[in-house]
Amino acid sequence: MSVRRKRGVAPYVVLVGLVFMALVWLFPMYVAFINSFKPEKEFIQNGVLALPHHWDLSKFGKFWSEVDFTKKLMNSIQVSLCVAIIGVVLSFLTAYAIGIGRVKGRIWILGFFMVAFTIPQEALIYPLYSVSKMLNLYDNIWSIIIIFGVISTGFGTYLLSSVLTTFPEELLEAARIDGASPWRILRSIVLPLLRPTLFVLATMFFIFTWNEFLIPLVMLPSNNNQTVTLSMAVTAGQFTSDPTARAAAALIGFMPSVIFFLIFQRTLMRGITLGAVK
Amino acid sequence: MRSKVSQANQMRSYYWYAIPGVGAFLTLVGGSFAYNIYLSFNDWQGIGTPAWVGLKNYKELLHDHTFWISFLHAIEFIFAMSLAPTAMGLIIGALIYDFIAKHFGNTVSTFLRVSLYVPQIIALPVVGILWSWLLSPNVGAINTILRKIGLGNLALNWLGQSSTAMFALSIMMIWIQLGYTIVIFISGMSRLDPYLDEAAQLDGATWFQRFKIITIPQLFPEISVVLLTTTVAALKVFGPVYVMTNGGPGDATQVPAFFSYFNFFSTLKVGYGASIATVLAGLLTILAIGLLRFQRKMGQLR
Repeated sequence: MSVRRKRGVAPYVVLVGLVFMALVWLFPMYVAFINSFKPEKEFIQNGVLALPHHWDLSKFGKFWSEVDFTKKLMNSIQVSLCVAIIGVVLSFLTAYAIGIGRVKGRIWILGFFMVAFTIPQEALIYPLYSVSKMLNLYDNIWSIIIIFGVISTGFGTYLLSSVLTTFPEELLEAARIDGASPWRILRSIVLPLLRPTLFVLATMFFIFTWNEFLIPLVMLPSNNNQTVTLSMAVTAGQFTSDPTARAAAALIGFMPSVIFFLIFQRTLMRGITLGAVK
Repeated sequence: MRSKVSQANQMRSYYWYAIPGVGAFLTLVGGSFAYNIYLSFNDWQGIGTPAWVGLKNYKELLHDHTFWISFLHAIEFIFAMSLAPTAMGLIIGALIYDFIAKHFGNTVSTFLRVSLYVPQIIALPVVGILWSWLLSPNVGAINTILRKIGLGNLALNWLGQSSTAMFALSIMMIWIQLGYTIVIFISGMSRLDPYLDEAAQLDGATWFQRFKIITIPQLFPEISVVLLTTTVAALKVFGPVYVMTNGGPGDATQVPAFFSYFNFFSTLKVGYGASIATVLAGLLTILAIGLLRFQRKMGQLR
């Protein structure tokens, strides 16, 4: 508050500069937005920067039905939701053993997860591809649910373990003296207190999975199984001739993420910063 | 006595909770990675039995021009995705934290943070579609603006020629990454004790002096996490290259991840692709361990 007494010019210069920058950052989304409503004729006449005179909604419907977007949305929601649940459950159980149970070798388990976090998906993809073919899970949405559910466990365990090592020791000690079993401690003490953090983690897993590309690209060749992100990438080429249709495709592609982000903005920001500083 | 024993038993039973996660992870990630390493010592087209060839694939890599070029581009992406956004994020984060939040309130600072962060949440392939549309040579928004402000001779076919393709991708990467660094650094700044900063202010230190001498050293943990995660991301770039350039024109935007994918699924040189992926994984692991050690050492020094 005390800083308020003297503003000077500097804050205004900074404000103008940063607002300009924010507008530059939003510009790509803005141009995609106006052009997806612009009739093709107006685009040819007035170019890419002009606002549409007549707002044309037809391209969305066309694109939506052409790529069967409802199906893609459902696939993405199913995959992301299942991965969020599997990932959170597995991470929580493992982190419980490490952070609360303080099992021997926990440093090694954590170190292993940390190193595995850096392994690129390219170094896993061919084995995953050939094994899933062997197990008849190829081109099946459950293959990528299992894969991402398990891969998420690395990051999730790492994050939850560091949260759980700061869990109030008195609470655990009191419960142990009362003879509570580990399962009981998990259910009635740790889980209720950790619920908000688990929700943050689930939200992060959801959006990470939504954005995944390489593994779905390899594992889900048939149109019917594709996720939103994947179908965007593989259908983009079909719209090169009509610039406004491409704008509409891009807009439909990023709208779900933007809406999700605006709803869960606080949760996600908490998660991102939680992940950065242990 | 008895309670001690039962407590020890109880502690041991915690192991059960780690089994599903560790087991699944070891099988799926560990198993796949081990199999990938095995494949890198083989010649295989994906059908029939792999033929053991020892180090042949790795020897071939050493003389493969495309392989070296792909790593050179990965290093360029480290600049565009890690170093530049970190430096910019520190300055802009500090400006938002010190000037905007204090003088103009939280609404303005949230607006700035959210606007700059939005590119982070869009899937990379979708970002790629958006940007290749913005960059299209004749009707694209970027070239239209360049022509409008009298820089028509800069209105190039950005992605279509080798001399500018990497540059265009790098600009896009900065656009994507900046928000992440800003959000992390601002949250780091809010953890700092304002006392030091105020004392320096009373001593007449300028904003930039305080930024350099007080803020940056205290943000060391955040800086090292950001450098680690963004460098890892830079070496893993795949989606935008797949969508926007296919590694081209020529090898102009070839990166290790795309090059290994290309060998796996286009030329069906599975062993060769596996060796590229293994080298990439090794490099990332060394980098991560190195940065973590460095971080710990600096932590001890402070």
